[in-house]
Amino acid sequence: MISAELLNTKLKEQFPELDFEISEFRDELTLALPANNIVEVCKYLKTNPELEFIMCMDITAIDWSRRKDRFTVVYNIFSFKNNSRLRLKANLKNTDNKIDTVSSVWEAANWHERETFDMYGIEFNGHPDLRRMYLPEDFEYHPLQKDFPLMGIPDSIPLPKKENDR
Amino acid sequence: MGLESLLKDNGFFTTTVDALAGWARKSSVWPMPMGISCCAIEMMAVGDPKYDIARFGSEVMRFTPRQCDLMIVAGTVTYKMAPVVRKIYDQMPEPKWVIAMGACTASGGIYRTYSVVQGIDQFLPVDLYLAGCPPRPDNLLNALITMQDKISRTKAADFKNAKLPELNVIQKN
Repeated sequence: MISAELLNTKLKEQFPELDFEISEFRDELTLALPANNIVEVCKYLKTNPELEFIMCMDITAIDWSRRKDRFTVVYNIFSFKNNSRLRLKANLKNTDNKIDTVSSVWEAANWHERETFDMYGIEFNGHPDLRRMYLPEDFEYHPLQKDFPLMGIPDSIPLPKKENDR
Repeated sequence: MGLESLLKDNGFFTTTVDALAGWARKSSVWPMPMGISCCAIEMMAVGDPKYDIARFGSEVMRFTPRQCDLMIVAGTVTYKMAPVVRKIYDQMPEPKWVIAMGACTASGGIYRTYSVVQGIDQFLPVDLYLAGCPPRPDNLLNALITMQDKISRTKAADFKNAKLPELNVIQKN
């Protein structure tokens, strides 16, 4: 397991000006950091020989709805070497929905980011193939945003016609 | 015995073409297994030796719509899947029938949400709704037997003015 202290010293040493915060809850480490620094921090966490967070387990987002900074992008990464998990939280400013892609760091991030884009409308700058994952290509909304109604927008997805049936 | 008792003089008997065709159709219904989610597991169980759909002449599950006359829509139909189901239905030759298997196909079931079609009768002509979540295999057999009754009552006049569906041919090279 990687301790919060170790992670703190390592990050302080590598990024002296980074405004981050490490918290621990029930043996789960969380690192909150500004969205602008996400790629360099991820690259460091993956390549540093003592940390080696080589696996990107999941990328998702949180829609805080009425908060001033509306979206948070959440990354769950795993280090086989230390058998250790880490959660990264990148807060986006205001109603901004853009963040840099980490698909250059982990290949797996490609599809995770596509899913996050599909569901939350987060746009990942520099993503090689930012298409929808689950919903139809011509769908206009992002259903996990809090202002999307549960039953959807009527007639937003057309159904086939029922004309020539008996 | 059934047929023999009708054969009196020189083995002739009189009937209507509708009755004869209906009898032939209902005894070998070829299903299109439109297995989309968990109901498909129960549909597969119907094909196994325990329940054995072959007893009712429907063991030939065809995986091409062009050889089928009964579509069993088994599972949750999402809005994204609906055009696919409809396209496969359009490719089936007439006469054709549809069983809506399970709660999801009838009403969306537990999925009261934006992505699931709340009843496939919005885009398909459904002949029979089969309740259950999922329905047990014997329930599906019962649906097939009920369906056979309906099939045997089919009249040629029903198809007199039927228009051919327009298929959108998409060619990708």
